[in-house]
Amino acid sequence: MKRPHISSVLLGLIPFIAICFTVSLWDRIDPVVFGLPFNFFWLIAWLVLTPVCMWAAYRLEERSTASDGEGGEG
Amino acid sequence: MSPSVSALSITTFIGALGSLAGFLARFGRKMDLEQWTVAARGFGTMLVWLLMAGEIYTTFTFLGASGWAYSRGAPVLYILGYQPLMYVVAFFILPAVWEIGQKRKLQTQADFFQARYQNTYLSALAAMVGVIAMLPYVQLQLAGLGIIVEIASYGAIHRTPAMIIAFTIVAAFVFVSGIRGVAWASVLKDILLLFAAVFIGIAIPYHYFGGIGPMFAAIAHARPQHLVMPGSTKNLGHSWYITSVLMTSVGFFMWPQNFAASFTARSAKILRRNAVFMPLYSITMPLMVFVGLTALMVLPHLSNGDLSLLTIVRQTFPAWFLGVIGGAGALRRSSPKIFTVQ
Repeated sequence: MKRPHISSVLLGLIPFIAICFTVSLWDRIDPVVFGLPFNFFWLIAWLVLTPVCMWAAYRLEERSTASDGEGGEG
Repeated sequence: MSPSVSALSITTFIGALGSLAGFLARFGRKMDLEQWTVAARGFGTMLVWLLMAGEIYTTFTFLGASGWAYSRGAPVLYILGYQPLMYVVAFFILPAVWEIGQKRKLQTQADFFQARYQNTYLSALAAMVGVIAMLPYVQLQLAGLGIIVEIASYGAIHRTPAMIIAFTIVAAFVFVSGIRGVAWASVLKDILLLFAAVFIGIAIPYHYFGGIGPMFAAIAHARPQHLVMPGSTKNLGHSWYITSVLMTSVGFFMWPQNFAASFTARSAKILRRNAVFMPLYSITMPLMVFVGLTALMVLPHLSNGDLSLLTIVRQTFPAWFLGVIGGAGALRRSSPKIFTVQ
């Protein structure tokens, strides 16, 4: 079993910071974006941005698996 | 046809069709235990997706999200928070779980603890915790199903017989077809719920307020405190949000049924790639939240917020449409995966 690359772990931390730990920064009504209160807009945006981060992590993992041959023993 | 009869016959028809898919899933396969529990590790991208992401579309999606938006307000945002994050966790742990499962031919979560840690007590403990945790979960899902059928039948069918009938049918097709039946039964359910969610999530705010933006503007004017945490509750503030989002997202794949579903995949790559895109599937959750918020302004005096979605759908659309929602909800019933895990 191969350990995940440190960069993909960091990429995975981005959504946790944006969605979870920074709640007091974005939990507000203004500014209203596309008719949505800011907190609703922010979390809906991260439904799309999370896959962007994880796609980058996916590419990284795939590349390192390919260069290691068959992933190795765990 | 009276509204209750037309709604109920559509609910029944959809329920029957979905169950049929569950029964038929067996055909053309030699059934042994590995086939029954983990589909002989043969699921490709689509079936793994249905099995895992389908878990989002539970009764909770429809009733719980709109109900929380109605009665609690902004704390409902925790649902939009934990869903993408649980797939970030899945991205890292499921491929590893799959690899060990593949190597040792594992079928359940308890097997995994036995294989990984060589400790029978630990795996027995994991199995027991799994079963105990499952009981309230099953109860919750069944209660949701009962509510859906009761409202969709305009009270003609009481929730208890509805729960018993649905539970029996699900247990039967899972007994016959195993995890394959579970995955195939959710094809129809996911399609229906996806379309129904998009449709009512846009149509209901539009019908009463002329759009989602004006609906929020009306609430921001009348009850601004409802739209930021702790909303209409006393204590669901930011520290509650952070702890709940963390616990739910990190813990989601501890559920034995979600954990063991990873064994059905053909490869670890399928699990990882699905985990990347699954947050997109949650895009219907905000729509359910919009329906609950609209209901708050239109029907402010409901005794039970969990009924807000069904009540406003019943008030806004013809009876047959309520039947479609009822059927889709009834198909979701008690996450049939649970029968295959222990």
